[in-house]
Amino acid sequence: MSTPVFVGLDIGSSRTKVAVVDAAKRLLGHAVRKSGTDFSATAETCLDESLEMAGVRRDEIVNAISTGYGRTNVAFVTARSKTEIGCLSRWGRHHFSEAITIIDIGGQDNKVIKLDQDGRRASFKMNRKCAAGTGAFLEEMSLRLDIPLEAMDALARQSLEMVKLGSYCTVFSATEVLENIRHGKKVPDIVKGLFYSVVKRVLEMDSHAGRVVMTGGVVAHNPYIVEMAGEMAGRPVVLPEFPQLAGAIGAALYALDETDPIGIRNDIPAGETNG
Amino acid sequence: MAEEKKATRKKIQAADHMNKIMADYFYGLNEAATTGKRKVAWCTSVGPAELLQALGFAVHFPENHAAMLGATRMSTDLIPAANAIGYSPDICSYLTADIGAYLKGITPLAKAYPGIQSVPKPDVLVYNTNQCRDVQDWMAWYSRKLGVPSIGVTSPKNVNDVTDAHIDDVTRQIEALIPTLEGIAGVKLDMDRLRETVSLSRECTELWKQVLETAIASPAPITFFDGTIHMGPAVVLRGTREAIDYYKVLLAELEQRIRDGVGAVDGETSRIYWEGMPVWGRLRQHSELFANLKSTVLASTYCSSWIFPSFSGIDPIRSMAKAYLELFIVRSDRYKEKYIEEMIGKFRIDGIIYHDAKTCPYNSNSRYGLPGRVEAETGVPSLVISGDLNDLRCISDEQTKTNIEAFIEQIAEVR
Repeated sequence: MSTPVFVGLDIGSSRTKVAVVDAAKRLLGHAVRKSGTDFSATAETCLDESLEMAGVRRDEIVNAISTGYGRTNVAFVTARSKTEIGCLSRWGRHHFSEAITIIDIGGQDNKVIKLDQDGRRASFKMNRKCAAGTGAFLEEMSLRLDIPLEAMDALARQSLEMVKLGSYCTVFSATEVLENIRHGKKVPDIVKGLFYSVVKRVLEMDSHAGRVVMTGGVVAHNPYIVEMAGEMAGRPVVLPEFPQLAGAIGAALYALDETDPIGIRNDIPAGETNG
Repeated sequence: MAEEKKATRKKIQAADHMNKIMADYFYGLNEAATTGKRKVAWCTSVGPAELLQALGFAVHFPENHAAMLGATRMSTDLIPAANAIGYSPDICSYLTADIGAYLKGITPLAKAYPGIQSVPKPDVLVYNTNQCRDVQDWMAWYSRKLGVPSIGVTSPKNVNDVTDAHIDDVTRQIEALIPTLEGIAGVKLDMDRLRETVSLSRECTELWKQVLETAIASPAPITFFDGTIHMGPAVVLRGTREAIDYYKVLLAELEQRIRDGVGAVDGETSRIYWEGMPVWGRLRQHSELFANLKSTVLASTYCSSWIFPSFSGIDPIRSMAKAYLELFIVRSDRYKEKYIEEMIGKFRIDGIIYHDAKTCPYNSNSRYGLPGRVEAETGVPSLVISGDLNDLRCISDEQTKTNIEAFIEQIAEVR
């Protein structure tokens, strides 16, 4: 028996994420890999893995939409792509029935997106040119400190006396980190200081309305950042299930939106659906 | 494959006419400088050009030259030469690109106009700080370098209402320039000639306004990106018959487009206002990006800044003072907000894009909360993009693209 599915591919600067949903908007399969240098090949691999997880074949894909920085580099997706801001909004509209502020920390940029109570996008902001407060900042710092990215969350939680970093700039922050190492500061205290810096940057990007929800790979792997954000913002901050997949799920939901109830795309000829 | 569609830009036929009069202008300037037949004055963009023309000077506009350096994408390689002699990468990239070009002996004029070797050597440098302080510093560098006088008008700034006191001040400053300029030109100022020049400038400016206001039509027959190119004669040839004749031709073509229902962008679905400087090195890219999104950037503060309704041949110097003071860039945020709100209504704007140019604070109006106030007043959404007029090192193309695409998506969703 055939299961019509809808695919969202989020080709990010750091990671590629794929989500497969069915007509009932259930997440059936997903995959995440480093984007690397061949976006198309990585997307293919992620698609195969997520289809296998979903237990469906490629010819059961009704529609697919790409998003993220590499959104135009996916060979098997039709000409349709959406921005990650659009896809995160679509994801937020599906999961929340109230006004929310989505704070997404990605590999290369941060986004603050406000949705009104009807799920319409009221506004959005991306970080300015510099990488302070993004995943790239933490990747750079993990190299400087010679600790794996995945160890940072546990280290930060061990901190007893957080180091405060003052600079806007990733390069200057790195200098500050080196200075703190020279002064004998403990690594957990420095890592918590880095987390604090990330949270501060994203919270000061914009005001917040409604519930605050954090998404993206950085919070998926470092949930302590969400806890810190809640404390600093003085309000609860939601860490949803699959925060790293939010954009890909939003893209899959857009793919579903473009179809009619029986799963045939209603705006392009059927012959192109698996193009 | 999800390749991006390429929208083609629609050529404005009058462009050939414009290219001809601009070429004549640059060759005329070159002849003046190389033969000494006419004295050469350099003038900042809204400096007292009418006075200089009435005194017989051939007038070169350094800001026009700097924009050419930007549009030809030469500027980013030239700016470091000015940085190296102490002019910060954080100050006006028109200034640093132009000085860098001079230091390296490079000009886009040489490539565009065979036979021209360099910018025309000035006999005098004339500024008006109504644009910014940088223009005075810019002329000061050339003054020291070339040993020619730099004189000008120090303008009031952040003006709410332009009062008689402001106009008196600038009028006296313009009048004070006359003896020095007469000495360099070797002629006495002929007031009748000044009246005629100012009257021609007024006629030029009225036609330019009509050209820009053709974009009230839907679909708009001209984009902001077209406007940045076609404003050339309004900048460098105002006060001349050639500019007037050109804008009559351009206006006729655009009016024909309106009658034929031809838009500058096929299938126009959203109408955007651009606040701030163009990104000169990305004109084509930005034009195509919006065209692909079926969005027309059709009105702007920048192109409209060469509309001077107060020019009058009756009292020419005082009218010049008033015109130079009424400029958007001279005014307070209170005035600017009202101006933008009126433009939104007039052109039926769906969204505003503010270009926050790294090196041009005076033309970046997103830094003191203005976008939020305009949005609260009008309900029209806005987006701030980070970039620069000439220094492409300050630009993230991918981030700009994502921001603009997401903004147009947002406008479409609200409808």
